[in-house]
Amino acid sequence: MSNYTPVIGLEIHVQLATKSKMFSRCSADWFGKKPNTVVCPVSLGLPGALPVPNKKAIEWAILIGMALNCKQNKVSKFDRKHYFYPDLPKGYQISQYDEPFSFDGFYEFTSKATGQLKKVRIKRVHLEEDTGKLIHNGEQTLVDFNRAGVPLVEIVTEPDFDNSEDVKQFLEELQTIIRFLEVSEADMEKGSMRLEPNISLRKDGETDLPNYKVEVKNINSFNFAKRAIDFEVKRHEELLKNGETPAQETRGYNESKGITVSQRVKEEAADYRYFPEPDIPPFEFDDAFFTHIREMMKELPHEKVKRYVDMGVSQDDAYILTRDREGSKKFDALLDSLEHDIVGKAASLVVNKKVGMDAEAIKAMLRPKETDEGLLNEVVDRVVFENAAQVESYRNGKESLLMFFVGQVMKGMKGQADAQKVQEVLKEKLK
Amino acid sequence: MAPYAATITNKLALHGATIMGKTNLDAWAHGSSTETSDFGPSRNPYHTDYVPGGSSGGSAVAVAAGLIPAAIGTETAGSIRLPAAWSGVVGLKPSYGRVSRYGIVAMGSSWDCPGPITQTVEDAALLLEVMAGHDVHDATSINAPVPQYVSELSQPRKLSIGISEEYFANVDAEIMQSVEKSIKLLEDLGHTIKKIKLMEPKYAISVYMLLQRSEVASNLARYDGIRFGKPRSFFGKEAERRILLGTYALSAGYYDAFYKKAQKVRYLIREDFEKVFTQVDVIFAPTTPITATKLGDCSKFAFYGEMMDVLTEPASAAGIPAISIPIGMHSNGLPIGGQFMANYLDEQSLLQAAYQLEQNVQFDRLSVMQKYE
Repeated sequence: MSNYTPVIGLEIHVQLATKSKMFSRCSADWFGKKPNTVVCPVSLGLPGALPVPNKKAIEWAILIGMALNCKQNKVSKFDRKHYFYPDLPKGYQISQYDEPFSFDGFYEFTSKATGQLKKVRIKRVHLEEDTGKLIHNGEQTLVDFNRAGVPLVEIVTEPDFDNSEDVKQFLEELQTIIRFLEVSEADMEKGSMRLEPNISLRKDGETDLPNYKVEVKNINSFNFAKRAIDFEVKRHEELLKNGETPAQETRGYNESKGITVSQRVKEEAADYRYFPEPDIPPFEFDDAFFTHIREMMKELPHEKVKRYVDMGVSQDDAYILTRDREGSKKFDALLDSLEHDIVGKAASLVVNKKVGMDAEAIKAMLRPKETDEGLLNEVVDRVVFENAAQVESYRNGKESLLMFFVGQVMKGMKGQADAQKVQEVLKEKLK
Repeated sequence: MAPYAATITNKLALHGATIMGKTNLDAWAHGSSTETSDFGPSRNPYHTDYVPGGSSGGSAVAVAAGLIPAAIGTETAGSIRLPAAWSGVVGLKPSYGRVSRYGIVAMGSSWDCPGPITQTVEDAALLLEVMAGHDVHDATSINAPVPQYVSELSQPRKLSIGISEEYFANVDAEIMQSVEKSIKLLEDLGHTIKKIKLMEPKYAISVYMLLQRSEVASNLARYDGIRFGKPRSFFGKEAERRILLGTYALSAGYYDAFYKKAQKVRYLIREDFEKVFTQVDVIFAPTTPITATKLGDCSKFAFYGEMMDVLTEPASAAGIPAISIPIGMHSNGLPIGGQFMANYLDEQSLLQAAYQLEQNVQFDRLSVMQKYE
C-alpha cells in the first residue's frame, strides 16, 4: 500500500456465560436447545412482563471494562434502543446509550506484524440483551427466541488499526482475556463472540477520519476477519484511485467466495429513539462495589507472560504458554513443583518438544545423567580418530563443528551421557 | 389469555380473594371515559346516559353497582381516581413502586400504579395491605415495609391538611360547594387547615403528555402481530395518535427539547410537593373539575382526558399517593369526588384522613346498588 492507509475500528459482542438471562430468571444456556424452549414471559416480551437486571452480568461486564483499562461510570443506566425486527420481541432492545458501564480504556500489545508496541483505544464497554434468531427455511422464516435476552457485552474500539494482522492479533488476545476472566467462552463458531469491523481508507499522512465507512458483518472466525478486511482495503483502494468514494454501507462477508457483498446502504444514521429504560432504576455504584469487582479480577495473559519471563521463561515460550486458560493453569501447577533454575528449560520442553506437563518426567529429562567416564573417553578417542578432516577444520578455527562431535559422541554413548560432561571431555581432547 | 399471572393477582388469591373476571376499560387504557373500549362503553350507574370515567371505568361501575365488593384499577394519571369520583366509589392510587406492576400491560411505565377501587376507605386499606410490597419481578417496586393500614385506620389522629387555590380554578360551582363543606367538616374534626401554594396543575399536563406518549410509543412496539395478537392496523385512533406523538418526541434532535425538558419539569413538580409536605400531612382538593360527561360528549372536548385529569395528574407526575372518595351529590344526580394527596409512601396519612372524612360526609352509596340488585 503506497498511497492509502486503512482506518479500522471494531465492534465486538461477547455473550456472558451467566446461568440466567440478562433481565429474567430463565436459563441462558440456549445453544443447541430445541427452538423456543429456553424462554419465559420476560424474554418473550409478553404483555406485562418486566425486566429485572442480572447482577452477575453487570459485575462481569464491568470486569471486562476494567481488564481493558477503562474508566467506570459511577452513575449508569439502561436505555431502550428502538427498531423493528422480527427477532426483537419488544420492539426495542435494552442497551446502554450515554452512560455505559465502562468507557475510555486502552489495550497494548506487541504487534507481530510490525514488531512495535501497538496501543488500541477502547471507546466503551456496555451491556445489553441479545436478540432471538431468524431461521430461513425455504419460503418460511421462523423465529427462535432461545437466545433472546442472553447478556451481551459490546466492546467498541476507536478506529486505531491500520492493518488486518493487528486486528487478528488483537481479537485473539481479547478472546484470551475474556476466557481468562472466566466470563465467557468467547467462541466465534457458536456466536458467543461476534465482531463487526468498520473499514475506510485515508491518504497517507492525513489524520482526519475519512468521510465514509463500511461495516462488515457475518464474520465467524479471526481468519475471515483478516480476509474480509484485506478484501475491503483492496476494494476501497481501487475505487479511490478511480476518484470514487466507497459507499457508506453494511456489507456481509461470504466465506466460501472470500468476498464481501453489499447488504444495506445507510443514507444517514439510524434513529433508535433512545430513552432511559423506565422499568429499571438508574444505578449509583459506590467504591465498595468497584472494589468487590476488582477482587474478581484474574491474572491476565500479559501479566502472566511477564511473571513467566521474570522466572526465566523466554518471551516467546511465555506468550505461547498463556494462550489458553487451562494450559496456563496446568503450567502454573507445574511451576509449583519445579526448582527455580530449570523453569526456563522446562517451559521450552513443554512448548517446543511438546512434552506433557508432568513434573517428574520433566525433571528426569533435565537432571544431569550418570556418565560412564571410562567409556566416554574411549568413545571420544574413537570419534576424534575417525573424523580426522573435521578435527583439522575445528583446530583451524571452525568451532561450530563442536556440536557435530557432541552428536557423534552421544550416538556412541547411546544417549547415556551428560551433554555438559561430553563437551568438557571433547574440548580437552580437541585442543 | 395470558400464560402467567400478575403479582397482584397472585397476592390477592393467596389472601383468599376470588377473582370474578376482567372489567372493562378504555383500549390500552387510552382514555378517561371508558368509551373507547373494543367491548363497547361502560355506563355510569347513577345515570346510564353518562360515562363512568376512565380508563378503569368498568372496575368503578362494577363496585358502584354492587356487582363486586372491590376491583383493581391501574392509574397512569387519573385512571383510578377519575372513574371513582364520577361513579361515587373510593379509588386509591398508591405511591409509584408501592404495588408491583408485574403482569400489567404497560402504558406509561414510569407512571403506572395499580390500586384498589372499593366501596369504602376501609376496604381500600385492606386491599392495599395485601397488594403492596416489594416484588422481585419488578425492579421499580419499592423495598419498604408495608404498614398495617387497616388496624391504624381508626386512629383519632389530628392532621395538618393543606388547601391549594391552584386546584380550585375552573372547578364547577357545586363541586366547590362540596369541597368547602368537606373542608369545614375536617376542621370540625379537629384537623388543622393550612393554605398552601402549589405549582399550577396545568404544567403536569404538558409533562404527562410528552413522557407518557413517549413511553406508550415504546411500550406498544411489541404489539406488531408477529408473536401474538392482531396486526398494528387494529390500533385505534387514540393509540395511533399517542404512538405518533411519542415517536416524534423521542426522535433525534427533538429528544432534548421534549422528553428531557419534560423530565426536568417533572422533577420540579416532585420538589414542589416535597416542599409542601414539610408543612402539611396531606393535601385536600377536588378530584375532577366537573361531574361525569354524557356518553359521546368526549369528542366535543379538544383535550378531554387532559381537562378531566388536570387535578389528578400532578400527583401522578410526582409519584405520590392519592385517594378519591365521594363527598357529595351534584344537582344533576351525579356523584362528586374529593381527593387527598400525601407524601411519597405515606398512604397511612392518606387513608386516615379519607376514613375520617368518609365517616362524616353524607353520601348514599346503597340506593344505587339496590337499583341493580
